[in-house]
Amino acid sequence: MEAAVLPEVTSIGVAIKAIIILAVIAAIAGFGTYIERKVLAFMQRRLGPTHVGPYGLLQLVADGIKLFTKEDIIPQHANRLIFMIAPVIMAATAFIALSAVPVFPDFTIPEWIPLLGGVFVPSIAADINVGLLFVLGMMATGLYGPLLAGMAQSNKWGIIGSARTAIQFLSYEVVTGLSVLAPIMLVGSLSLADFNAHQAGGIASWLVWQQPVAFVLFLIAGFAETNRTPFDLLEHESEIISGYVTEYSGLRWGLFFIGEYANMVTISILASVIFIGGYNDWGFLPAWLVMIMKVAFFFFFMLWARASWPHVRPDQLMWVCWKVLMPIAVINVLITGLVMMV
Amino acid sequence: MNLEQLSNRNIGQQTYKMVDLKPTPSTGVKKFTQVVERTFKGELFVGLYVTFREMINALFKGEMHTFKYPLEKMPISPRYRAIHDMLRLLESGHYRCIGCGLCEKICISNCIKMETRYDENQRKEVSEYTINFGRCIFCGYCAEVCPELAIVHGGRYENASEQRASFSLFEDMLTPIDALKQQKEFDGFGAISPNADENIKKTPLAY
Repeated sequence: MEAAVLPEVTSIGVAIKAIIILAVIAAIAGFGTYIERKVLAFMQRRLGPTHVGPYGLLQLVADGIKLFTKEDIIPQHANRLIFMIAPVIMAATAFIALSAVPVFPDFTIPEWIPLLGGVFVPSIAADINVGLLFVLGMMATGLYGPLLAGMAQSNKWGIIGSARTAIQFLSYEVVTGLSVLAPIMLVGSLSLADFNAHQAGGIASWLVWQQPVAFVLFLIAGFAETNRTPFDLLEHESEIISGYVTEYSGLRWGLFFIGEYANMVTISILASVIFIGGYNDWGFLPAWLVMIMKVAFFFFFMLWARASWPHVRPDQLMWVCWKVLMPIAVINVLITGLVMMV
Repeated sequence: MNLEQLSNRNIGQQTYKMVDLKPTPSTGVKKFTQVVERTFKGELFVGLYVTFREMINALFKGEMHTFKYPLEKMPISPRYRAIHDMLRLLESGHYRCIGCGLCEKICISNCIKMETRYDENQRKEVSEYTINFGRCIFCGYCAEVCPELAIVHGGRYENASEQRASFSLFEDMLTPIDALKQQKEFDGFGAISPNADENIKKTPLAY
């Protein structure tokens, strides 16, 4: 498919895009907590938040006010500096990772708007040619948030939480990398825009049909890396209180939360773009709506899985990663390579 | 949700199925086949289906379990023993109590106090009637012993109040005269059983 000639990406366009990402994703992170509580409640036949605003919609405002006004407690024997910057690392890496994924379709600001009229806003803030590698790398760097937080707070639950963070994130990085390797081989590029263009031919051209195993592996590893329920060992309440966030309160705890939800959005976007067709038009549905629907489905799937499945033990987690998922991923890459050669 | 559904809401059909747990695999091959079996059996999807079904039922079929308590209340059994009600005669509107004093007599925690006198028609009249709800154990003897079904247990189970006296006076428990039409016959503890007519026997005069 011939790529349409796009207007030049200016620095002001990128800046606008960055602001949009920050604002929208931070809002989605707050809204995601509401959605999560509602969906989980419905699946357990409860009502969820109902009292603040219509259908409890303003609950996130109430939660935000609560978080903002809470006392920022730093434990006595904690390493103050690291304790204070760890949440920032978590949130920052999550948002930096979002800079290289297509969040919304590109558009041009209408001419009649003063100052910014005619500025082209790209769909990807930084369309670097190693986009996918950069995103995975930034998400891997996000490991330092929980790790440092847990180690800095001089709390045994924090230590256990950060140890689990290290083993879980590092192990599942391998599965993520190997599982997206096969689609990368098929597309022949690391740029997510190329992935999108590769699947522009409708549902039949989605990579999930060619790489179902890689898709499943990527989802599993994505759940592990975003700390979602079958693999939520980092802060599992019944075992280690809150893991690495045990000692955090108020806004710093909120930063971890925002980081976690931003990572969920990133994984949802990645799964949508790499495997199920990205932000191409779909029949009469415009691209942006298709993309939102796909991302929303994956987001819902994470909540759905949380309501349905029990979580695994740490030893099962490691067993599944190194003895099952990684060999399957390697075999998948090998078979893909053989098929491509023949 | 009506009362019958509510009281049966946690009762299953008692059709429990025992899970057929096979013995723990011993050899590596058996372990491997177990893993493969479990992987492709689709049990995880059954779990997903169950939660999704529950969500659909809760949202669209009105099977939500939540009661918005202060706004809506659960129906309670007529046999529930909450704050007492004093009923009125439906025809005249006069209170049913004949001042016999049986409730005061039978009360095992001595919380009922009543004073009676004869009125101008030589009918017993209740001049003072209080129940000390700090002492009352809600045993239901008073309702059971009352020959006129005058004192019964009502459905007011929200006992929080600024003063104990808010409940304990005769006038507070008496059906308001303008709500006489809404007064329901008590069919709880001490009431006449539904098959009372069948149980009536001739007085055994033979002995």
